[in-house]
Amino acid sequence: MSFEPAQTPLLLLEGLTKAYPGVVANDQVGFSIAPGEIHALLGENGAGKSTLVKTIYGLVKPDAGRMELHGEAYMPAKPSEARRRGVAMVFQHFSLFEALDVAENIALGMEDPPPRRDLSERIRSVSEEYGLPLDPSRRVGDLSVGERQRVEIIRCLLQNPKLLIMDEPTSVLTPQEVDMLFTTLRTLSAEGTAILYISHKLDEIRSLCDAATVLRHGKVVGDCIPRETSARAMAELMVGATLQTPARAAGTRGEVLLEARGLSLPSERQFGTALKSIQMQVRSGEILGIGGVAGNGQDELLDVLSGESRAPAGTLFFEGQDIAALGPRQRRAMGLLTAPEERLGHAAAPDMSLVENAMLTGDPRMSLVRNGMLDWPKTREFAKKIIADFDVRTPGSHVAARALSGGNLQKFVIGREVLQNPRALVVNQPTWGVDAAAAAAIRQALLDLAEQGTALIVISQDLEEILEIADNFAALNEGRLTEPRPAAGLSLEEIGLMMGGAHDMDTAHHAEA
Amino acid sequence: MGAISIELLLASLMVASTPILLAAIGELVVEKSGVLNLGVEGMMITGAICGFAVAVETGSPFLGFVGAALGGATLSVIFAVLTQYLLSNQVATGLALTLFGLGFSALIGQGYVGIKPPAIGSVNLGILSDIPFVGPVLFSHDVTVYVALALVAAVWAFLKFSRAGLILRAVGESHEAAHALGYKVVRIRFLAILFGGACAGLGGAYLSLVRVPQWTEGMTAGAGWIALALVVFGAWKPWRVLLGAYLFGGVTVLQLNLQAAGLKVPVELLSMSPYLITILVLVIMSADRRRAALNAPAALGRVFHAST
Repeated sequence: MSFEPAQTPLLLLEGLTKAYPGVVANDQVGFSIAPGEIHALLGENGAGKSTLVKTIYGLVKPDAGRMELHGEAYMPAKPSEARRRGVAMVFQHFSLFEALDVAENIALGMEDPPPRRDLSERIRSVSEEYGLPLDPSRRVGDLSVGERQRVEIIRCLLQNPKLLIMDEPTSVLTPQEVDMLFTTLRTLSAEGTAILYISHKLDEIRSLCDAATVLRHGKVVGDCIPRETSARAMAELMVGATLQTPARAAGTRGEVLLEARGLSLPSERQFGTALKSIQMQVRSGEILGIGGVAGNGQDELLDVLSGESRAPAGTLFFEGQDIAALGPRQRRAMGLLTAPEERLGHAAAPDMSLVENAMLTGDPRMSLVRNGMLDWPKTREFAKKIIADFDVRTPGSHVAARALSGGNLQKFVIGREVLQNPRALVVNQPTWGVDAAAAAAIRQALLDLAEQGTALIVISQDLEEILEIADNFAALNEGRLTEPRPAAGLSLEEIGLMMGGAHDMDTAHHAEA
Repeated sequence: MGAISIELLLASLMVASTPILLAAIGELVVEKSGVLNLGVEGMMITGAICGFAVAVETGSPFLGFVGAALGGATLSVIFAVLTQYLLSNQVATGLALTLFGLGFSALIGQGYVGIKPPAIGSVNLGILSDIPFVGPVLFSHDVTVYVALALVAAVWAFLKFSRAGLILRAVGESHEAAHALGYKVVRIRFLAILFGGACAGLGGAYLSLVRVPQWTEGMTAGAGWIALALVVFGAWKPWRVLLGAYLFGGVTVLQLNLQAAGLKVPVELLSMSPYLITILVLVIMSADRRRAALNAPAALGRVFHAST
C-alpha cells in the first residue's frame, strides 16, 4: 500500500473471496482503511465492488478470507451486527420506503430507536450539525433524490459509525448538492469516522479521497493516491485498456424537426412531476442535452415525446406536423424514436428474447411485418446486426432480455433505435450502468447519428456526458425546461444554477399543481 | 316499511357483519405485509367446519372457535410454504387454496349436516344491556362480536404505533429495502399469513356456530371474496374496513327484512344490493386514485427472493 496508516487500521481485509455460479465476484481481495481515512473503491460495473461492501456490511458471507475491525476479528452474519460494531452503509439504490415518513424510515434502520418525539428531536439536531436540512415528518415519496440521500446519511450518523460505506452517492446529485455532501464527509472524516467511498467519478475521488483501491474482475489490480494520479491513469487502471474519447465531425444544422410549444401535462405516475409549458426546438443534426436531478420530469417528458401520454393538441410538432394526437407506433413510423431509461419492463420486455424485443420497436420502421404476419428471418437479421454493431455480449439472439447484464441490455436497446435510422431520437440516460468503454461507444454512435442529420435529445443525469456530446444544454427543474444554451463554455456552476441546485435546501418539492 | 324495527335491524347488523369483518381484518394484515392471499374463502369455510366439528364434539363453543382459528391457520400454512419458500405465484396459489378448502370442508363436514351446535350465550353487560334502544343494539351480543371489534382496534394500533407494525408495513412496501436493512422478510410474511388464516377461520366459525347456526356445504357463499374486496376498497385502513363490513352487513339484513315485508322489488335485485352498495360506497370514498394508491402496499403480490 502506498498509504501507510499511522496506527492500527480501522478495517483490515485479507484474502476475501466470494464466488457465484459462473463468476468469481471477489478474488483474494485485501486492503486496509485507517481511522478517519476517506478510501475510494474504484472499478467498472461488475468488478466486484458491491459484493465486497455487502460482505463488510454482513449481507454476503465470503467463501474465504478474513476481516479485522479495530484489530479484532470481524465477520458480521447480518447487517444489524455490522451496525452494532460501528459499520454503517448508504446504499446506491436507496433502501427507503416511499410511503413512510422520514422518522419512520430512520427508525427502521436503527437497532433500538428512541420514542418518536425524541427521535425527531435527534434528527433535527444531527441534520443541523452536519448541514443536512431535513423535516422528520415528511413522506419520503415526496422528497427529492438529494433529500432522500440525506435521510440515509442521517440514519447512519445517528448510530455514531466508525466506518461509513457510501455506494455511488453522487450519481444523482446536482453539483451544489455534491459540494454540500463533501463538506459533510470531510467533517466526519475530521471527527475520526472513516469512509469507504465507491464511485466511478474520478474527478470527485481526486478531490475527496485520501487513498484508492482499484478492482477489476474481482481482483485488486492496484492502488494509488488519487490526488497525485491523473483521472485518465485511474480510468485506464479500472478498464485495463486505453480509453477512446468520442470525437465529432462538425455537422450541419438543418430544419427544425421536433418542437414543443408551451407543452403542459399533469403526471400520470405516482410521485410524478407535471410538465409545465415546455418550450423547445431541435434541428436536424443537433443534439440537445437535457440535465436535471432525477424526478424533475425526465420520465414524463420522454413519455409525452414517445406518445405514451398524449399532449394537448397544438403543443407538439414533428416536421411541422401536429403529432399530439398520434400514438407511439405512428410516431415511430414517421421516424421519431425513443429509448426510455428503465431497461427492464419499459425499454425491453424482460422475458422475451432479443429477437422478439427487436420486433417490438423495430416493426413500424424496419417493416418487419408483412401482410399481418411477422417476418422472423428479417427480425433475426436485425437483432443480430444490433448485437454485432453494438458489441452486446450474449450467447445469442434467442436469450431473454432479463438474462443480459444491465450494461449489455442498455447497449441493445440503444442500438436497436440507432440502427433504425431515426429522423429524431430521444434517449433517457443512454449510458446508465454501462462501463466506461461501452459508454464511449454509445456516445460515439449518438454523435454519428447527429452527423447524419438526426435530431437528438439526450436526457441524462451525467453532466459530463451531456457536456461531451451535446450542442445545446437545457435543464429540467420541477417540470419546467430552461431556455437551451450552447453547451460549449458552460461552467458546472452555471449548470448547477440552471438545474436549480440552490433551491433545494428546504423548499417543498411537490409535483401536482 | 313499518314492519321493520330499527332496533332489531341495527342489532342484527352487528351479527351479520362479524364474519366478513374478522376475515377482512386478517387479510388486511396479510396484504400490508405485501402478500395477496386469495384463499380467504377457502380458509373461512375450513374454519367453519373445523369450528363446528370441535364445538359439537366437545360441547364447547369456545373450543370450537379455537379449533376454527387453528384450522384456518393450518390451511394458510400451505399457502405460506408454497409462496414464501417455493416462490409460487400468489394469485394462482390463493385460488387453489379456495378450491381446496371448499372441497376439503365438504369432506370433513359429511357427518355434521343437520346437527345443531351448542349455543353460545350473549355477554352479560349488566346495566348497559338494559339501556333502552342502545342496550339491545350495542350491548346484547355474544363475545365474538366484541372480540372482532377489539381486533380491529388492535390491528389499527399495531400498524400505526408499534415497531413490529412499522416493520410489517416496511416489508410490504419494499421487500428489497427491508431485506437490505436486515429484516427477515419471509418470516414476517409467514407470521402475517398465519394471522390472516386464523382470522378467516374465526370468521367462518362465526357463520356456522352463531349466525346460521348449522353446517351446510359451501355455506360461506362468497363471504371470503367480499372480505377481500373490503380490504382493497377500504384502502387498507382498519376503520374503513369496519365501516365496509357494517355497511355490507346492514344492507344484507335490511334487504332480508324488505323481502320478508313483501316489498314489490324483484328478489334478485334485493339479494345483489349488499354487494353493489358496499362496493359503490367504498369506491366513491377511495375515488382519489392517487391517495388510495399511496396506502396500497407497494410490494403487494410480488414474489420475494433474497439474492444473497
